Amino acid sequence: MKIIVCIKQVPDTSGKVAVNEDGTLNRASMPVITNHDDKSAVEAGLRLKDKYGCRVVVVTMGPAAAESMLRDMLAMGADEAYLISDRAFGGSDTFATSQIVAAGVSRIGVDPDDIILCGRQAIDGDTAQVGPQIAEKLDLPQITYAGDIAVEDGVVTVRRMLEDGYMTVKAHTPCLITCIKELNPPRYASIAGIMECYSKPVTVLTYEDLKDEPLIEPDTIGLKGSPTNIAKSFTPPLKGEGVMLEGADKNTVADLVARLGAKHIL
Amino acid sequence: MDFRLTKEQQMLRQMFREFAQNEIKPLAAEVDEEERFPWETVKKLGELGMLGAYFPKEYGGGGADVIAYAMLVEEIGKVCGTTSIIVSSHTSLCCAPIYEFGTEEQRRRYLPDLLTGRRVGAFGLTEPSAGTDASSLETAAVLDGDHYILNGSKIFITNGGAASTYVIFAMTDKSRGHRGISAFIVERDFPGFSIGREEKKMGIRGSSTAELVMTDCIVPKENLLGREGQGFKIALHTLDGGRIGVASQALGLGEGAIDEAIAYTKERVQFGKRISQFQWTQFQLADMATKMQAAQYLVYAAADAKQNGLDYSLQAAMAKLFASEAASDVTRRCVQLFGGYGFTREYPVERMMRDAKITEIYEGTSEAQRMVIAKYLGVN
Amino acid sequence: MSKLQFQNTNTDEFHGVWVYCEQRRGSLMSTDLELISEGRKLADELHTELCGVLLGDGVEHLAKELGGYGADRIYVCESPLLYDYTTDAHTKLICDLVAQYKPEILLFGATNIGRDLAPRCAARLHTGLCADCTHLDVDVATYVDFLRGNSTLDEKGIGEDKLHEKFGHDLKMTRPAFGGHLMATIVCPRFRPAMATVRPGVMTRAPFDADRAAKTEIVRPAFTLAEDDIRTEVVEVVKAAREMVDLLGADVIVSVGRGIAADVERGIALGQELADVLGGVLGGSRVSIDSGWLSADHQVGQTGKTVHPKLYIALGISGAIQHKAGMQDSGCIIAVNKNPSAPIFEIADYGITGDLFKVAPMMIEQFRAAREAKALTHNG
Repeated sequence: MKIIVCIKQVPDTSGKVAVNEDGTLNRASMPVITNHDDKSAVEAGLRLKDKYGCRVVVVTMGPAAAESMLRDMLAMGADEAYLISDRAFGGSDTFATSQIVAAGVSRIGVDPDDIILCGRQAIDGDTAQVGPQIAEKLDLPQITYAGDIAVEDGVVTVRRMLEDGYMTVKAHTPCLITCIKELNPPRYASIAGIMECYSKPVTVLTYEDLKDEPLIEPDTIGLKGSPTNIAKSFTPPLKGEGVMLEGADKNTVADLVARLGAKHIL
Repeated sequence: MDFRLTKEQQMLRQMFREFAQNEIKPLAAEVDEEERFPWETVKKLGELGMLGAYFPKEYGGGGADVIAYAMLVEEIGKVCGTTSIIVSSHTSLCCAPIYEFGTEEQRRRYLPDLLTGRRVGAFGLTEPSAGTDASSLETAAVLDGDHYILNGSKIFITNGGAASTYVIFAMTDKSRGHRGISAFIVERDFPGFSIGREEKKMGIRGSSTAELVMTDCIVPKENLLGREGQGFKIALHTLDGGRIGVASQALGLGEGAIDEAIAYTKERVQFGKRISQFQWTQFQLADMATKMQAAQYLVYAAADAKQNGLDYSLQAAMAKLFASEAASDVTRRCVQLFGGYGFTREYPVERMMRDAKITEIYEGTSEAQRMVIAKYLGVN
Repeated sequence: MSKLQFQNTNTDEFHGVWVYCEQRRGSLMSTDLELISEGRKLADELHTELCGVLLGDGVEHLAKELGGYGADRIYVCESPLLYDYTTDAHTKLICDLVAQYKPEILLFGATNIGRDLAPRCAARLHTGLCADCTHLDVDVATYVDFLRGNSTLDEKGIGEDKLHEKFGHDLKMTRPAFGGHLMATIVCPRFRPAMATVRPGVMTRAPFDADRAAKTEIVRPAFTLAEDDIRTEVVEVVKAAREMVDLLGADVIVSVGRGIAADVERGIALGQELADVLGGVLGGSRVSIDSGWLSADHQVGQTGKTVHPKLYIALGISGAIQHKAGMQDSGCIIAVNKNPSAPIFEIADYGITGDLFKVAPMMIEQFRAAREAKALTHNG
């Protein structure tokens, strides 16, 4: 059994977000972090490793600089890493991204007792689409919003969170599970883990390496292979100066309710 | 000369920082207020290798280097003086002498539990009448068949009440003065060993500072550390290493106070301006940051020398002297920048100021460091 | 690999707006009604029909209700295999129906189930999907109006002529990205259907129309679904009792401060009731904790918790610096205070100068009415 965890490096949107004049994100000026949900997926994988002694393989698609994130995951305890990186993959939307990552996962190889883990969603796009789309492209069953994961004899039992509770879902391996961060707080890398992480293997997969995979076609990858386009990107109006409302009576509160309603705050 | 951190050191610093900010900082005020030893943190530190950062993995250590260890104590010191001295005393004063002077058997017996935090370590040298002057030790050890019998007491022992493994110094031959001192590895449950009273302190209030009492305490012969009469050398050498730890702690305290002051002065408005906009504030912070940066270079240089097997005693003394005095000065000035709020326990700078003071005193007072430095200068 | 044979680049062959109507054990989700209402608007802009897709076991009775909010036709598929939601069953049916009927737009609620199902369908259908939309347009003029009111773009940036030229007939799907710092409008020009998941609670529900409901056309298309098509097994579904929400996870926080001193009991009751009305939690400033009015876990601020709810209401809180430090990054801040120069007003989005004991009851009454108006209509 091995666990393949698909992860992504994202700009840290918790601090200041820099926006270019044309309304796009100024990525270069922002620090990058491992997407929180993805780190929790790695944690979920490592817990399975602690329990069952399986191998944990992390995969990402991104620029060469994403290697630092992979090293972080190796320091946490993952065994090997793959970096899918090529200009040809740039500009991919979720559809094309999942196509490429699925091709990478195929290349690594999915055995009958393997589990693929993804984070629920990435904080840059918040789409939560890539996990299920990888599952579809690999023709695997999927379970999303997983809290707890248990494995026995090739059957996974997952607590799948709903807004108002949860369902317990079973599936046979191989399957794909997306994890939520709340239930798998990631561990810290240990000192020994950090000292070891540069001696663990990181393999780069380029277009050349993947071009013979059936999923990789010129019209399924990159900007050209993306069904969606961004028509406009813009910043919402700046949060204005505060407003002191007139009076303190019923009409004042009515005015407040109307203003909140207009902004979908209520 | 290379001032850059390796990739591993950068990752380690990042991990230390996240751990300190997320796991240690939230407890710092409580641990101080309640004078409570932070066992939950010690457990986590042990699991992550932070109680044996620079020792080889074969003994359960983290396999990193002494600079990484200094960064660890520094990053913890930024948020909690108490926790930083727990790590420093444990590592530099107990694990280090066992690793550096112990037999292979002693290493295998004691280090795995210490380096992973299953046991906490301490160092027992100081006595009521032997502080900076170690040669007047009164604790005596007498060989009796296959064991030594120790009698005497130790005071101001950091980690004293929390530890279960101690490196204890005692006279095996009083007539030889400091050449008659020997070192022993003593376990808390050896017959005749007990913990005396715990001190009430001004700072580092969550750390245990206790008296150790030995009354016909039976220590197996094989627990002699090094040779008979080698104790003074072991003590001095160990304290050199300890100074890197305390200097790192002081460094962290000063830097932590500056971090707090920067955040506060950017928020606090007086006379219609954020106080960070006043040039007096800016110059204060610029001076303080420069001072702590200088301290950092001294500390890392000493750590680098130790890592590379060079004589680092002078550098460690200078680092400790400068960093501890800088920390006291900087934390005091930060309290002033906070004004009245700085004097309250609402903000951490008053705690940092209290914690910083001890760094000028323990593991060799500032005066003792000046003695060491002057000796190197040949002025005597 | 998907076995679906489906050619979807001839965009002209696709007609009609579809809504996936999610039901859980025989109950519609409130997002269904929002989506049907929004779908009606889009269908009218396209001069086409609006259809709902309802999958389940014994769910046909829900169809008329959907019609009452604007659906012309509901496709109903019933099977014991559809009793609990499974990705495989629903994906298969949706994709088979889309291949057969060729809708041009397909909407899902961005619920935990919608966001499981929609991407899987989009991947199988080889089309584009936009996640968690907060605004949808087909008509360019309405979209341009939307941009004028909700973006910092000028007329040149909006570029109305180009919009007509390039995306005149496409669904323009607008959504926040990067934690709401940016908005993006996504289009899917080359493939059909254009798919979107829509954020719950954002679209306005239309009034229920009983005549319309009666006229709803119900179609029961032939479909194939075998046990082998479903690779996951739902063992149990557990509805959780509403768990205690803590400050850090809360979307809405109502905090009370010194202003409640005149009548602490009533002040807390008002704060709690207002929080309940908004589905939020009660917090407090330091004084309300130190005075023993509230337990420590309610404290917002420097020594308490740093929170960033979508809505923060400060009742009788002056806004000392250490309180502001804990809440100033909230999405929207409403402050009620008797003192017009209270510092809290410096960071408030909306300020009311007044007595909280008079203002809070009016807020409770009117917020409740507003919430009910929005949530009502379902089931008559």
